[in-house]
Amino acid sequence: MAIIPVEIGLIIAGMLFCVGLVGVLTRRNIIVILLSIEIMLNACGLAFVVAGSHWQQPDGQVMYFFILTVAAAEVAVGLSLSLQVYHKFGSLDANAVNRMRG
Amino acid sequence: MTVIFYISAAIAVVATILTVTRVNVVHALLYFICSLLATGVMFFVLGAPFVAALVVIINAGAIMVLFVFILMMMNMGPQSADQERAWLTPGAWVGPAVLSVLLTIELVYSLVHFRAAATTGQAVGPQQVGAALFGPYLLGVELASVLLLAGLLGAYHLGEGAMKPREKRS
Repeated sequence: MAIIPVEIGLIIAGMLFCVGLVGVLTRRNIIVILLSIEIMLNACGLAFVVAGSHWQQPDGQVMYFFILTVAAAEVAVGLSLSLQVYHKFGSLDANAVNRMRG
Repeated sequence: MTVIFYISAAIAVVATILTVTRVNVVHALLYFICSLLATGVMFFVLGAPFVAALVVIINAGAIMVLFVFILMMMNMGPQSADQERAWLTPGAWVGPAVLSVLLTIELVYSLVHFRAAATTGQAVGPQQVGAALFGPYLLGVELASVLLLAGLLGAYHLGEGAMKPREKRS
């Protein structure tokens, strides 16, 4: 196993998180937005694992397990919602949803 | 091993940037799977083999397959890529991208001056993780199972009838 400076691992996690943030802010396709949220969750998990590896404790990996659970549940609900949006509006445009009437 | 970490980190960052910028959703998905596999290598090198296996099996395996299935069900043609290209005007992405790059620079700057320590380089094996999961974190595991059940029911309820006209057409 390699010895990595903690700040390098945290920098990589931060860069991945910011790339995901750009994806959420700039894209209009609902599927790509969900994918970008997945990127951000994964970056958070990377930060947890780096910290857990620094302190030599399993808690970081436990936190990654929980993040994975949240990501799975979020993706299941989000994808079925996007399926409904595609069914109702014929496109995956996130802006199309604001034409929705109660 | 250190070199492997840096190479896979570079692959992860580049693949993630390509994920966010591709107009074809399937290409974005494939780049994201590549990024996840690189993250798995990083986890392994950091001494977290359990999480590395978890990333490959669940994240790159199950969750991404869900995305691919949904894309296959939607059956989008080549016009969706053109539409996507029309949405991605410079006016739409320059502002958020510049702000996020500034955020990244701030983060990198503060972390470079942080100078804490290095990772220990010793692996925390699956046995320790399992003992922690079913020891102090038992309640969290139960809550995770409840959350997954809620996700299952929500997906079942929301996805109901989404593909009905498509079935009639075929």
